[in-house]
Amino acid sequence: MNIRGLGFTTLLICSVILPAMATQQLCSTASPQNPKAESVYSEIGKAPEKARAKRNPLEKDPDAIAAGRILFEQRCAECHGHNAEGGKKGPGLRAPEIQNAEPGAIFWILTNGVVRKGMPVWAKLPEPQRWQLVSFLKSLGATPAKTETLLSGPRQPQPRDLSLPHH
Amino acid sequence: MTFLKALVPVLVVFFTITSFPAISGAQENPYFVAYDHYLEEPGNLEIEFFSTFGTQRQGNDFQAYWMEFEYGAKAWWTTEFYLDGQTTFGDSTIFTGIRWENRLRPFKQEHFINPLLYVEYEHKSGADKILKEGEGHDLEADFLTPNAVARRKISNEMELKLILSTTRKGWNFTENTLAAKNFSNLPWEFGYALGASRPLALKASARRCSFCPQNFIAGAEMYGGLGDRYHFGLHDTSHYAAAVMGWNFPSGWTLRISPGFGLNENSHQFLLRWGLSREISGFGSMIGRLFRGRP
Repeated sequence: MNIRGLGFTTLLICSVILPAMATQQLCSTASPQNPKAESVYSEIGKAPEKARAKRNPLEKDPDAIAAGRILFEQRCAECHGHNAEGGKKGPGLRAPEIQNAEPGAIFWILTNGVVRKGMPVWAKLPEPQRWQLVSFLKSLGATPAKTETLLSGPRQPQPRDLSLPHH
Repeated sequence: MTFLKALVPVLVVFFTITSFPAISGAQENPYFVAYDHYLEEPGNLEIEFFSTFGTQRQGNDFQAYWMEFEYGAKAWWTTEFYLDGQTTFGDSTIFTGIRWENRLRPFKQEHFINPLLYVEYEHKSGADKILKEGEGHDLEADFLTPNAVARRKISNEMELKLILSTTRKGWNFTENTLAAKNFSNLPWEFGYALGASRPLALKASARRCSFCPQNFIAGAEMYGGLGDRYHFGLHDTSHYAAAVMGWNFPSGWTLRISPGFGLNENSHQFLLRWGLSREISGFGSMIGRLFRGRP
């Protein structure tokens, strides 16, 4: 290898990889207000009947939500926001489209991704971990807000702080 | 002195990787040679350093290393750039080449068997010893040539792979078929890689931990050459079997270790591989901000 080789290397990085990074970022904006978010939500409706009918085997597991929360922070928060409120790349997961969806449909989306719209396939997580994520996502629904309303009267819903104490 | 030289790239990589603040929890496979069908998440950059210590009959043992920059360009496209080098004990330490690899996912959804297309361009010298794949009639004796001579032979090569991978009950099984063509007038060469692995636990723990069993993935891989277009088969080919173990830290680091053994007389008797990687989430956003010119 010589100077020519190193020059070629630099050229390759500049001409291919960096523009690929930039293009990917410039093209990916799926905030909750963005129309792209709607099209991502619509993907959940494409889950087959058989997938929708699947029950969450960890529904009654007391640790599933806490474990799912850690998994969410590690894998999902970067795109969907730390409070699942939606981010630059991924739509909010507190939306009714998600909260009203069957657990099986959410599991199906996690397993298959929405590859053409930027959502990666998460089948590399073992099945129980995907169900733990489903448990956590469903826990973001209306139940805690109702509890808050009962405790403190009607008010604007606030995103819950998902941060966990570090052990 | 040669050993100290071999340490330099390790230290450079370590300080480079640790200088990035943004990290994400990784769930990396433990393979060194085989590929499964999972791609890098879009916008994430994984910086990896791998090292292979190999024994050499009738010659000096060696330590080869490569640095890998793996970027998720799209959810269906991962692109990787490699820098290769090696130290042959009692000889010298040299830079041996570059590789540019692309993995493409043709199907939108998961299937029972998931195919992945792999295209790689290699610009390397004859002194390359990273043994990232087994192909053609690669033999242990090829590594006997002194670095000063071997480095003069430069080759440009295209490598194609069909990756077929499935995951069932936590087990991943993968099969890679390889076809490589040197751009000079050499015939197509063929090779294979097989892998199987499983996390030690399938459920995640409800607390953050480094030593929880779900952070460890163990398995095995096997790879070797299958001759070339004119002499297809196992004659004059080398083959290896290796145990593989990956440890995914919650902080985004992954450590891989793999002791491997040659399966015939044409193979190096023992290979010890290890690798350290760190995933940086949102790296593409940082670059995107550079281009957009706003925070």
